[in-house]
Order: sequence, then structure tokens, then C-alpha cells
Amino acid sequence: MKARVHITLKSGVLDPQGRAVRNALTSLGFDGIDDVRQGKYLELDLTESDAERARAAVESMCARLLANTVIEDYQIELEEA
Amino acid sequence: MRAAVVTFPGSNRDVDVIDALIAVSGQRPGIVWHRDVELPDVDLIVLPGGFSYGDYLRSGAMAARSPILREVSARAEAGVAVLGICNGFQILTEVGLLPGVLMANRNLKFVCRDIHLKVERADTPFTGRYEAGQVIRVPVAHHDGNYFSDADTLARIESEGRVAFRYCTPEGHVEDEINPNGSINGIAGVYNEARNVLGLMPHPEDHVDGAQGCSDGRPMFESLIEHLA
Amino acid sequence: MNGAAVTEPATTPDLIAAHGLSEAEYRRAQEVLGRDPNLTELGIFSVMWSEHCSYKSSKKWLKTLPTEAPWVICGPGENAGVIDIGDGQAAVFKMESHNHPSFIEPYQGAATGVGGILRDVFTMGARPVANLSCLRFGHPDHPRTRHLVAGVVAGIGGYGNCVGVPTVGGECTFHESYNGNILVNAMTVGLADADRIFYSTAAGAGNPLVYVGSKTGRDGIHGATMASAEFDETAEERRPTVQVGDPFTEKLLLEACLELMATDAIVAIQDMGAAGLTSSSFEMAGKGGMGVELDLDHVPQRETGMSPYEIMLSESQERMLMVLQRGREDEARRIFEKWELDFAVVGKLTDTGRMVVRMNGEVAADLPIAPLANASPEYDRPWATTAPPEQIPADSMNAPETKDFEGVMDVLQRLLASPDLASKRWVWDQYDHLVMGRTVQRPGGDAAVVRVPGSRKALALSADCTPRYCAAFPRTGGAQAVAESWRNLTAAGARPLAITDCMNFGSPERPEIMGQFVECIEGMRKACLALDFPVVSGNVSFYNETNGAAIQPTPAIGAVGVIDDIESMATIALKGDGNALVLIGECRGHLGASLYLREIAGRSDGAPPPVDLEAERRNGDFVRLQIFDGRVVSCHDVSDGGLLVAAAEMALASATPTGNMLGALLHLEDDLPLHALAFGEDQGRYVLEVDQSEVDALMAAADAVGVPVRRIGRCGGTALTVNGEQTISLFVLRRDHEGWLPSYMAG
Repeated sequence: MKARVHITLKSGVLDPQGRAVRNALTSLGFDGIDDVRQGKYLELDLTESDAERARAAVESMCARLLANTVIEDYQIELEEA
Repeated sequence: MRAAVVTFPGSNRDVDVIDALIAVSGQRPGIVWHRDVELPDVDLIVLPGGFSYGDYLRSGAMAARSPILREVSARAEAGVAVLGICNGFQILTEVGLLPGVLMANRNLKFVCRDIHLKVERADTPFTGRYEAGQVIRVPVAHHDGNYFSDADTLARIESEGRVAFRYCTPEGHVEDEINPNGSINGIAGVYNEARNVLGLMPHPEDHVDGAQGCSDGRPMFESLIEHLA
Repeated sequence: MNGAAVTEPATTPDLIAAHGLSEAEYRRAQEVLGRDPNLTELGIFSVMWSEHCSYKSSKKWLKTLPTEAPWVICGPGENAGVIDIGDGQAAVFKMESHNHPSFIEPYQGAATGVGGILRDVFTMGARPVANLSCLRFGHPDHPRTRHLVAGVVAGIGGYGNCVGVPTVGGECTFHESYNGNILVNAMTVGLADADRIFYSTAAGAGNPLVYVGSKTGRDGIHGATMASAEFDETAEERRPTVQVGDPFTEKLLLEACLELMATDAIVAIQDMGAAGLTSSSFEMAGKGGMGVELDLDHVPQRETGMSPYEIMLSESQERMLMVLQRGREDEARRIFEKWELDFAVVGKLTDTGRMVVRMNGEVAADLPIAPLANASPEYDRPWATTAPPEQIPADSMNAPETKDFEGVMDVLQRLLASPDLASKRWVWDQYDHLVMGRTVQRPGGDAAVVRVPGSRKALALSADCTPRYCAAFPRTGGAQAVAESWRNLTAAGARPLAITDCMNFGSPERPEIMGQFVECIEGMRKACLALDFPVVSGNVSFYNETNGAAIQPTPAIGAVGVIDDIESMATIALKGDGNALVLIGECRGHLGASLYLREIAGRSDGAPPPVDLEAERRNGDFVRLQIFDGRVVSCHDVSDGGLLVAAAEMALASATPTGNMLGALLHLEDDLPLHALAFGEDQGRYVLEVDQSEVDALMAAADAVGVPVRRIGRCGGTALTVNGEQTISLFVLRRDHEGWLPSYMAG
């Protein structure tokens, strides 16, 4: 089973990287960008085949290591191998 | 004072703090490798600067989950003094011994230069040899030193007097313009509730000897020796 | 999962050309083998005979440089040079270019450049204690320059900061000749016990060949031949050959190697740099007159299905190859496993004199080592001499007043905010220049100074070159680059000991470029001899040209000296109100090829200032002795921009943490026009700050040894004033001097 984890900054937390990307895009002539938020994306290849157990395991990984919940949110997508 | 410096594979200011401890105390601290699970019986535990495990996920995140940190946490809860400098501060926030988080500097660049710090209080094991309100000069050298916490936590640590140092002008004014990384309220270091754990981004260990250009960092180590003797 | 069947392409003329071999060279390869090389062998010939690995165009001339002195422990030919610094200690250092990769991918190119030079130094058994970098970018208005500056600086910092070696000095300048070919020259200096130096000469048939560090991937295949090729519009397409650096692994490799080096298990060790496994195994075996058997199945691999060709030519970073004493493998393995690094026995030494490479039980390459090395091409390329440019007499130049300037202070303000002279604080703020806690002179002075732990000693370090002089007249430029490095160390109170050179030029196949190279070397040779300043390591980077437009010849010089007691170190910052300012050396108002000419008059003609090596030596030895005797309060050598710029730099450096500064009142009177006196770039000069009570004694001492000396004023106030009439506030100067680079980068 494959897990895709998206880690994003919580709203309200300043994102200097995102702001730099937005400025760079604007200077390249891409108008109409209100905001850019930069996050992280991880792919995990899991041996677990049960979706529920896999989700619980990845939840725990996110909470304990992959995300810092002081500033970050995470989303998990599961896909059958 | 018996001290131990916990080293990770990517620690690189371990030598600096070991040299500083020897210079000030005359004693060589114990060195604890990150894979060790036991700490010697010490009065001070130092988490030095560097890049612990490469800092690829978030600075300090992996080190915070290493076995030795469970032991450090247990000692901290038992009242042993713990000093986390730079990467050590990042680890202490990641492991939850200190509140908040250290994000990328607001200009997204590494910054290495001397800055001025206002010593918020002089009644802790780390600052007894300073005066409250004193301005000291020490260097910073980091990419992720932008202190942030949510509004409630910030209000709590401010009201509990847990801010240790703030970035300031040479005259002691806390102004955004001289803030090297964008830290909220100019915070450069914080204590835990019991004030036996201090994390700070600047490097007092690099300013202990006049040949380094300044010795304003020395009193921090003298304070610890005095308090823990 | 190794060795998916690879169908080898036929050895066509196109394939040979793509490997950078000429027809004559290919015929030579056939002769060495007695048959046609297969693809893997062709790749090996290609990298071993590339300019980068073989020095085929430069060897003849490099051999003329002085490389010996009583304090030289190891000269050129090893991973880095080694000099004795007393007390049983040695300094190990080298400078190397990473120009082409940094132009294509500035962050990774610069980062891996730092990684490579760090490995060259710790391979010798030294702990790196300082990095320096010489950076040359294109014109600030060129559309790529800003992006390249940002990426290169972040890459150098990103790597060095993480490994934990302070980046303490160097240069960063701009010129349109580098628009298509920037220069990133990185230097590392390490410390070792003088009797614990590790070399790359393999010995002992049967001893195991061990691979340590990162796994091998398809990175940088043919980086070595890329580094020896000119650029054209397809440069952008070569991106995949750029390697990616991992400073964390480098740090682990550094610690693991030094830990193993504390034992006597290592026979020989070599960094897998350019041309990776090929050149490291080839060179180790070759130096020892040995043969080598490699079993590629045992090479740790990051990707599947890699062919022998790819494994042999990969330039994956953070890898080392070593020969161990037989039976010491387990002890070594434990150390590398502790540091979580790959460790694999990949072959053994033999006494056959051949390199035999096997994979999947088949022989993938079989080459005679000595014949291949001996047949390595060596060219005596045709070269053309550079005609001496015309002298520009000091009184032939119009005063600045005729050029929309109000006087010398107006010119000074403009010069200090010009790209080459503007403060590079924006750069060094991004380098951790303090880690290790031993930096006693930070970036921005004449030399960087780092303490030697456990002693009163310190190393003084400089990295320098003045390409516009080299372009104008290479003989003078080459001598000047060496002399200025020597002067930089002297001004810090150090005894200059030795240099490393990083020779950056255009295509050696063009006689005028080859001539620049030959004549720069000739100038360097003379200066090295006159100043007892041997070359102990170096690197040549040719083909720095795009569509036929070459860079200015740039022989960057990295210099190392020793200060025996840091108490006697000098800095450039003015210190005492009322102290006298004294100029050592002769003023001729030489404006040819000067910054004044370029930045103010908009001209770049004229001969560079002559370098009188006898005067250089006499003046420098005098200054060093005065510093040592404690008569000198501060000291700065006079170089780019001339006397007034030097004085201004001393005043600006006086800034205290609270922002106070100490100015100077200068009396510049002479037969020369004031602007020639103020901005002429005559060599061999220093400005000294001296207590008034010491001035007479110092001047008498100078007279006694024939060193030109004159009072030029005193310290005081917060402005710079000349002859009581022209003046400028230091705060204004600082604003402009510090402001240019940050505002350019923000633009």
C-alpha cells in the first residue's frame, strides 16, 4: 500500500518560502496570484495491506515525526499497491 | 560542576562548547554519543549546535526522537540543568521540553554575525552573572532561528517570564529592524516552566575569550558553575 | 540487481569525439592496448587523458614553478600540499575550481566544489579548519548574474556551514568577461600532525581496496570531460551531469576517516573526485607501481542496472577509496558502520601493473596502468606573447573634476560603492565564519586568521588575484597575484609560508590564451622565488570561454602563513585618536589598469603597476618586523583602489559594535597630481597606524634599511579629510560601501 502525505503550514503561520515563490512568480509576469503556501510531500511504500491499519500507522508517524503540529497540518492519502 | 555534551553525527559546535566549558571550569565535560541510552550523573546537559542528523525533515526533528533524548527529558523533569544552543534549542522544542518552534529565517538565508541580546532576567541558573536588562554581544549562525508560537502559548511564556533573551539594539531596544531572523517578540531564547531548561539560538560559547573578539558569553558558563557547584 | 545486459555502442568517430579524445589520442589508446578499447575502456582513457586529470596542456609550464622550501613537507602531486608550521604540526591546503558545474547549477555546483576540496584535505589526514572562496561573476547588469551570486553563495554556505568548517575569507568580484563562465574557486586549509600525513601511494600486493562513503549513482558521469570543454548554447542541456552534494554525509565521512586514521590500518587513501572510481584507483595503483583488480559487483549502488562504464565514471559525491593493511578490514568496517556509511571491499592490489575490472564474472576492462599514464598526452601548445601595454603617465590623466566629480572624496565615495570594492558582508553573513570558535580575524580584513588549538599560534590565510592586471600584462599580473597574497599575510603580522594556485583560463588551444597562461606562470615563478613562497598544490581550469570569448586570465592564489603568537597579530581597523599614519613604499601615481581608470574614467587600458620584487620583499620584511616588535597599532596593505581607498577601509573597519568610527586627517602632498597619489595602485605599499611616540624610531628604522617611508597624517574625527580641504563623513561612506551588494541582490 502506498501512502501519500502532504504537510502544509497551518493558516496564519508566516510562510517565507511561499512568499518568496509568489514574489518570484510575480516578477516573471504571472499576475493574479493571491498567495502561495509551500509544503512537503512524502511517499511511503508500506507493507501493510489493510487500509485502516495503514492509516492509523501513518497518522502516528505524522504526529510523532513527519509533521510539527505546532505549525503544520497534514493530510494522508492511501492507494492500493 | 559535572557536565555532559550530547553529540549527534552532525553536531559541529560540540567542540566550541567543550572548549568553552574547559576554558571556564577547567574541567573537560563528558561526551555522550547519540546512540547511548544512558547519561552519566551530571549537573548540566548541553545539546550543542550543528545539524544533528542532517536536519533534512525539520531542524532537530529526528534528533528529538533519538533514544538519548528520552533520557535527557527525564533528567530535565528531575531538575537537571539542560542547555540547548542553536540546533540544541531546535531539538528541545521538537521534543517538547520547550514551547514554540524555530522556522526558517524570514529572509530564507543563513545568518552568521554578532548580534546584541537583552538579558531578560538574572535569577536563573544560566544568567546569575548577568544583570537583568543587560545587553550582551554574541554571534548567531543559523538558517532556522525564527522563533514562533501560537498566540496563547506566547501570552503564557511572556506572562510567566520565560523569555530568556531578546534580540536588541546595542542600547537595548527590541526593534524589528535588528531582529536577525524574524522571531516573534524578538525572542532569542526561552526557559521551561521550572527554568532549569534553556534553549537559545545565539552562541555564547563562541564568545568566551577576548581573542574571539568579545567575552560576553562567558558569564553564562560562570553562572552555571556558580549555581551548580 | 546489477548488470542488466548493456549493448555497447560501436566505437564510431562520433563516439570518440564525444569522449573528448582527438584522433591522435585514440590511436595512442589503441597502441597502449594493442587493440580497440571497449566502451568502458574508452571512458577510462577519456577521463584519464582529459585536461582535468592529465594536465596535458599545462604540465610543461607548471613544472617550472618553485615547489620546495625547508618547511615544505609535500608539494604538488598529492591530494593537497603540506607545510610544516612548527611544534610537530602541519598545515594541509589546496584550492580547486568548480567553475563549469557552478554555472550550470550554482547551488549544487558550488556546494560540491566545497565538498571536493574538503575531501582533498582530510584525505591527507588533516582536520579542515578553514575554507576560503574566490568568486568571479559576470557584469552585475548581466541577466544571470544575480541568480548565480545567490545560488553560489548559498551553496558554499550550505555545505561548509553544515560540515562545520568556517568559511573565513576570499574574494567576490564582477567583470563582463565572466558573463558566460563564472569562477568558483574553493580552498580548504587543515591541520594535522606533521608525522601523521596520509598519501595516495598504494603498496602491498593482496592488500584490500576499500570503498567508503555514499553509494554510487549516475551522477556527474563525464564531469571530468565536461570540465574540460568549452561552453556553447547547449550548456543548459548538460544539467543532469551535475552532482548533488550531501554535506551531512561528508561530515560523517570526515569523522570516520579521521577516526580510522588514528590507527595504522590505512596504507593509502584517495578521494573519489573527478572521474570517481577510475582516477582514484588508477592513481593510487600507478603511484605505487602496482596493479589493481576491481569487482564492481561489490560497489555500493544507489540505482539499479548500472553498467561498468557508469560505475567507473560516476562522480557521485562523498566517496573515498583506500588501501588497507590486510586483516584490518573488520576494524575499519566497525568505524564506518558506527558513522552509518557504506563500507565495501571492492578489490585488491596486485603486482601485475594492470587494472582489471570485473562485473558479473566478466572482464569489463583490462588496461596496463603505467603505459596508459606514460602515454598520457603532453602538449607543448603554441603560445603568443602579450605585447606590453602602454604606460599611462600620472600627469596625462585629467583630474576627476573634469569628469563630473567634485574632487577626490567624490571619487572615493564612488569607488567604495563599486562592485569590486563594495563590502561583501552580504556574502560572508551567509557563511558560518565562526564555527569551531577559533576565528580571530573574520572576513573583511587583509587576511583571515584562525587559531591553532592548544597553542599561541594562528594561521593567516588569504585568497587573491587581480585579473585586470593579468589581462593587461600576464607576466606582471602573475607576479602581482603572488606578491599581493604575500603582502596580505604580512599585513596581519604573519610569516608567509606557501601558496596553492588555481589557474583559470580560456582555451589553451588558442595561442593568445596559452600565452596568458605561460606568462602568468612566469610572473608567478619569479615572485615565488623572490619571496620564498613555494607552490605546494594547485589546479588548472582551462576552457573557461563561451563562443570564443574567454575570461580574464585568473590565477587565483591561496596563501598560508603563520603568526607565532596571536598577541602580535595586526588588524586593519584604526584604533587610537591622534595616532600617526605612516605609508611604507613608494608612490608613483600608477593609474594604468587601475580601478580609478575603469570605474571613474571608463577605460581599461594601460600597463598594470610594475611589481618590484626586491622592494616588495624589503618593505614587507620591514613591516612584519615592526608588527612583531609591537610598534604597529594597525596595518593594511595598499591594493585595489590605491592609498585613499586603503585609508578609508581602515577607518570603516574601526566601527565598534555600537557604530562609532574613527576617521583620519591625511596630508597627501607630492609632485604627483592628487588623484594619482590618492588612487594610483603602486605595489609594495602598506599604511601603518603608529603611536606618535614611536613614529621617529620607526621612520629611522625604515631609512636605515632603505624602505621608503612617509607620514601621511593622523587618526581623528569621524570623517576622512585630505589636505584640510576635501572631506567626507565615514557614515556616508559606510552607507554606500555596505549598501551596494544588498541593494543589488534585492533588485
